[in-house]
Amino acid sequence: MSLYFMCLILFSVGLYSVVRKRNIIKIIIGIGIIEYSVNLFIILIGYRLQGRAPILARDQTIENMVDPLTQAMALTTIVIGLSLIFIAVTLAIRIYEKYGTFDITKIRRLRG
Amino acid sequence: MNNQAGMSLIVKTITRLTVGLIFIYGIYIMLQGHSSPGGGFAGGVIIALSFIHLILAFGRKAVFQKMNEARGLILISSGALAFLLLSTLGFLGIFSKGLMPFSDAAIALLVSSGLFAMFLVLIGLASKEKKQ
Amino acid sequence: MSLLIYFIIVPLAAAMLTALINVRAKDKASIIPIVAGLILLGLSLYCARQLNFAQVLIYKIGGWLPPLGMSLVVDGLSGLLLVAVNLISLLVLVYSSKYMRHYTDDWKFYSLFLIMLCGMNGVLLSSDLFNLYVFLEIASLSGYALVAFGVSAEDLEASFKYMVMGAMASIFILLGIAMLYSYTSTLNMAEMAQALSTRPAGFLISFVSVLFLAGFGLKAALVPFHAWLPDAHSSAPSPVSAVLSGLVIKTLGIYALSRVFFNCLGISNKVLMALMFLGALSMVVGAFLALKQSDIKRMLAYSSISQIGYIVFALGVGTPLAILGALFHILNHAASKSALFLNAGTIERAIGTRDINKMGGLNAKLPVTGYTSLMGSMSISGIPPFAGFWSKLLIIIAAVQAGQIAYSAVAVIVSIVTLIYYLRFHTKVFLGIPAQNTAEVKEACGAIKWPVIILGFICLAGGLLLIPSFRDFLNRGVDVLVSGINYKDAIFQAVK
Repeated sequence: MSLYFMCLILFSVGLYSVVRKRNIIKIIIGIGIIEYSVNLFIILIGYRLQGRAPILARDQTIENMVDPLTQAMALTTIVIGLSLIFIAVTLAIRIYEKYGTFDITKIRRLRG
Repeated sequence: MNNQAGMSLIVKTITRLTVGLIFIYGIYIMLQGHSSPGGGFAGGVIIALSFIHLILAFGRKAVFQKMNEARGLILISSGALAFLLLSTLGFLGIFSKGLMPFSDAAIALLVSSGLFAMFLVLIGLASKEKKQ
Repeated sequence: MSLLIYFIIVPLAAAMLTALINVRAKDKASIIPIVAGLILLGLSLYCARQLNFAQVLIYKIGGWLPPLGMSLVVDGLSGLLLVAVNLISLLVLVYSSKYMRHYTDDWKFYSLFLIMLCGMNGVLLSSDLFNLYVFLEIASLSGYALVAFGVSAEDLEASFKYMVMGAMASIFILLGIAMLYSYTSTLNMAEMAQALSTRPAGFLISFVSVLFLAGFGLKAALVPFHAWLPDAHSSAPSPVSAVLSGLVIKTLGIYALSRVFFNCLGISNKVLMALMFLGALSMVVGAFLALKQSDIKRMLAYSSISQIGYIVFALGVGTPLAILGALFHILNHAASKSALFLNAGTIERAIGTRDINKMGGLNAKLPVTGYTSLMGSMSISGIPPFAGFWSKLLIIIAAVQAGQIAYSAVAVIVSIVTLIYYLRFHTKVFLGIPAQNTAEVKEACGAIKWPVIILGFICLAGGLLLIPSFRDFLNRGVDVLVSGINYKDAIFQAVK
């Protein structure tokens, strides 16, 4: 249970960083932290105490193993998160070229 | 190669020694993926890391002569197309098994060139900005 | 139906081929995408026809049965949207074969566009919540890149805003999926509905409902979550805004929302109330914010929020007639809003501004653009012979029948407000004295004209879909949503 709670704390740290911070890079880091907290949550769902790695090999019975599906899900979300962060960083660099700042309160040409 | 660019002599020497090993380890991970932990994705990441290692040690210019965005894109699309082709052959029923090592290789090509091209794009953008 | 897999293979392969061929040779980038679009349109029409004979078309990947393997499913609802998505994407691709030539590296646009199309098709086909999430992310990620395609300062800002909001939405959705998986230990939607029906709906289901409502609501730009839409849709290149506004918010937002709530979680009165309230709020706020805009594309974007409100409101009313209205309005809004955004692009290209106050008398110079815009805006604001009138009428009648008199009054008033701002748009841009900057404007060539003419014709004749012999196309979609969680039985039958 405490592990899930830690997950929640990590999520809140990331959410705080996205909502409250003014620097674009810090917002991107916040998105990354949230992604990792959700990945951790997904892995924790499939975990069981004293569980084995879910590898089926010769002479081994599959007893008491952790859920492999959640691990596959986490792997997929990690890849999606990587591409998201990549697009975000590229955008941040281009925004810095155009505006000369990372401060989102100064990046406000769109109104209405 | 130009001695001025990149990191110190120690790093360059060590890099020369280790880069090949990392590369071969990546290929090993890629090839054994169909029967044990590993596979195209992990192998591709390790292969890409070996190239990124080269950039870090020898500087940007040494690599940009051999590799640029356009070539990276060609590699990415050919990797993806190879994987799509293999899987379509599977769907059409031409092959049913024995394709895993090949599709692992295609994925590794896609992932390694993709990660490396991402890295190139980012440092390309960053260096352009420094000039201005 | 092993054909279903080609909905995903064809756009992906075409995207990669476009990238591979056009890195060196940089002209005629649009041929491969248009061919791919034609193939996809043919496939989707074929699937829509096959639905006459079978309730559900299913393809089990690798031959594994659903609890173990993944499967692709086309039913009435996704068949309807597949036709809309692929038809409008093809028209937009034809339009952009001329329009995007002014951008450097236009092949990147086609590559990204096809990947987005692949994501949308995948969302419509997947029968598996995690698959749905993955395809949703594919479509949104390429959407972020496409919004920033022009790399001007405004584009980048809009894209960054869209990206942060979209990333939060995806994370909420993923969290909801993870919780549902831990509760039911399956990801397949039919299996999940089966598992949920045997267990009590506790606190967890309410929490997951809130997460999904926030996540898909963000993707669909319902009102408390709408801040990204006007920026993203007005800054993107016009073909991209046409697709984002016409298709993406509907497939990623409304389709996924209704699929998950109606067929998987099971709809409850609280959720219906929430949908109705959010829909009505979006209608009102979108319409009144659109009234004071002077930028054409920004006005159209706010109008999208308002019309999305109509659709979600009708889904929230929840009677079969209301759902028929909602699905019909999805199609009408997709056609008319794409036509209007494409025309906005033509106007911007012709006179170099998007400000309504600097235009006038364009009807003499650009007759095709003028008349198709008229058709699109009349359809959206609900003038009788046009298709939009019938769908709005259905929605309002259904709301009255369900006893929601106050809400239906709101819907009528918003419809009048919509008419006001579209008439204002039309009189200022196309009628009146020609402004000075229109002197050298010439009628555009065929690739720009024909897609818009076809879309305008769909706006005009779309009402024919309500004639009983064509009506099955819509009714099959309604049946899927009305059957609720009993929909799982149809899937189980088709699997065997």
